[in-house]
Amino acid sequence: MNPLRWRRFVNVFWTVASGTGVLVALIPLASLLWLVVSHGAKGLSASFFVSLPTPVGEPGGGVGNAIVGTFFMVGLASLMALPVGVGAGVYLAEKGDGPAGRAIRFTAEVLAGVPSIVIGIVAYGLIVTQMRRFSALAGGVALALIMVPSLARSTEEFIRLVPTALREASLALGVPGWKTSLRVIIPTALGGIVTAVLLAVARAAGETAPLLFTALNNQYWNLDPTQPTASLTVQIYNYAISPYEDWHSKAWTAALVLLLLVGLLNLMARLLSRNRMAGAR
Amino acid sequence: MISSLETATPMTPFEERPHESGHRTAAAPRVATPKLTVRGLSAWYGKNRALHDVNLTVAPRSVMAAIGPSGCGKSTFLRCLNRMHELIPGARAEGTLLLDGKDLLGRDVDPVTLRRRVGMVFQRPNPFPTMSVRDNVAAGLRLNRVGGDHDEIVERTLRQAALWDEVKDRLGASALSLSGGQQQRLCIARALAVEPEVLLMDEPASALDPIATAKIEDLIHELKERYTIVIVTHNMQQAGRVSDHTAFFYMGDLVEVGPTEKIFTNPSEKRTEDYVTGKFG
Repeated sequence: MNPLRWRRFVNVFWTVASGTGVLVALIPLASLLWLVVSHGAKGLSASFFVSLPTPVGEPGGGVGNAIVGTFFMVGLASLMALPVGVGAGVYLAEKGDGPAGRAIRFTAEVLAGVPSIVIGIVAYGLIVTQMRRFSALAGGVALALIMVPSLARSTEEFIRLVPTALREASLALGVPGWKTSLRVIIPTALGGIVTAVLLAVARAAGETAPLLFTALNNQYWNLDPTQPTASLTVQIYNYAISPYEDWHSKAWTAALVLLLLVGLLNLMARLLSRNRMAGAR
Repeated sequence: MISSLETATPMTPFEERPHESGHRTAAAPRVATPKLTVRGLSAWYGKNRALHDVNLTVAPRSVMAAIGPSGCGKSTFLRCLNRMHELIPGARAEGTLLLDGKDLLGRDVDPVTLRRRVGMVFQRPNPFPTMSVRDNVAAGLRLNRVGGDHDEIVERTLRQAALWDEVKDRLGASALSLSGGQQQRLCIARALAVEPEVLLMDEPASALDPIATAKIEDLIHELKERYTIVIVTHNMQQAGRVSDHTAFFYMGDLVEVGPTEKIFTNPSEKRTEDYVTGKFG
């Protein structure tokens, strides 16, 4: 075979091989989406979003309280995690080159790798055993512990993307360092930081394990942080492990709702980061 | 080193020669006090010595050009003048730097205050991307909470920077919507708005096309009526066109400093002659 033909053959071979790899990788994703949509879509109705769950055999009912509970606990978690996580990220980016910064970064990386069920146990030990009760607060703390490390690291990354030239420009105007961070660097990185926040919120909204024995579940509406609270993920889990056909189909529909919610958050994050890139050219 | 006695005029910087100061005063009774005095300035990046024992003075309301091949220390020299070198980890400077006779490198001197008196324009235009044209110019005033009529200052400095007519109808537009040359003049206006006494320019035209470069050079001519300017440039023709005095740096040494015309036509040092005639560099 002459060299040119051989080279063409190699080219075609690897193009086909890598293309096949992409298709194989897409099969689970596509089948997951198809499965959730095909099983879940038929149970979807307006009342599913706003009604309380019903006992087995009773028609209708929904996951309204679980949707509210998920937002409530993610909200509580955000209140705790955003100041800490974003603050830590700013510190790491601005002052994190010393030993303290390295230690914090290492801790954040280890913490980000801790399985979420372990985080749940920690929140159980810290809050539930003290309060002697499952509560939205305990669930929020568990979710916050999951959000903080990823928030800190991604905030740091986005702040480090701000060109040094902007910091120099500000300092050369006689602006003090802290004000340069606050008024020049952080506003420039803001689009990225918001993206990081949305991704962390989406991650927290999709967690089940940390809520299982912290917030537990609740068949009714609840906005009291000291009471057990329903969440979409735990509701899906409960429905899915039940022996009832009726609840199984509700688990699929609730899974579809969760998928839409998390997908929407991710989409917003993607759009924001794209606009940010366009803005920074 | 050159003898500057023949060329010393009231606006001429001179080699620091303490022993002869009495004689000089007698010869030229109205010799201007130098705006900047540099004595025995050495700088290091870690263990690498970037500047060796530099001595020179810059007269008020004159333009001093620093020329030399890449890595000769001219940018380091410039950065030391408003202590921007301190932003680079491991960088340090020793020696005496006087602004109006007052030491700048001392530990008790606040670099923030110093940088309000010694402004800087960078190689690449670096407007703040999150701010409008107007806010960019007023950034130093707003961030430092300087009072006064900001709109009036914005207009005046934009006129000084020869940019007013081009941007007066879009002061609210993003600074990134301007062309590269306009952005650089915007950065000059921004530096002027805080009313510095000295303006440092680090190859301000190297990222610009010839027309934009010509505008910046014209601007330098006008600015020296009011400001003391130190400009680093790679372009010897540019140094010849804009400066009153030229300092030639090579391998971290200040080889020669003197009136620009003398440096380019009749340098005292062989290395200077070789460089300005294009034998190396």
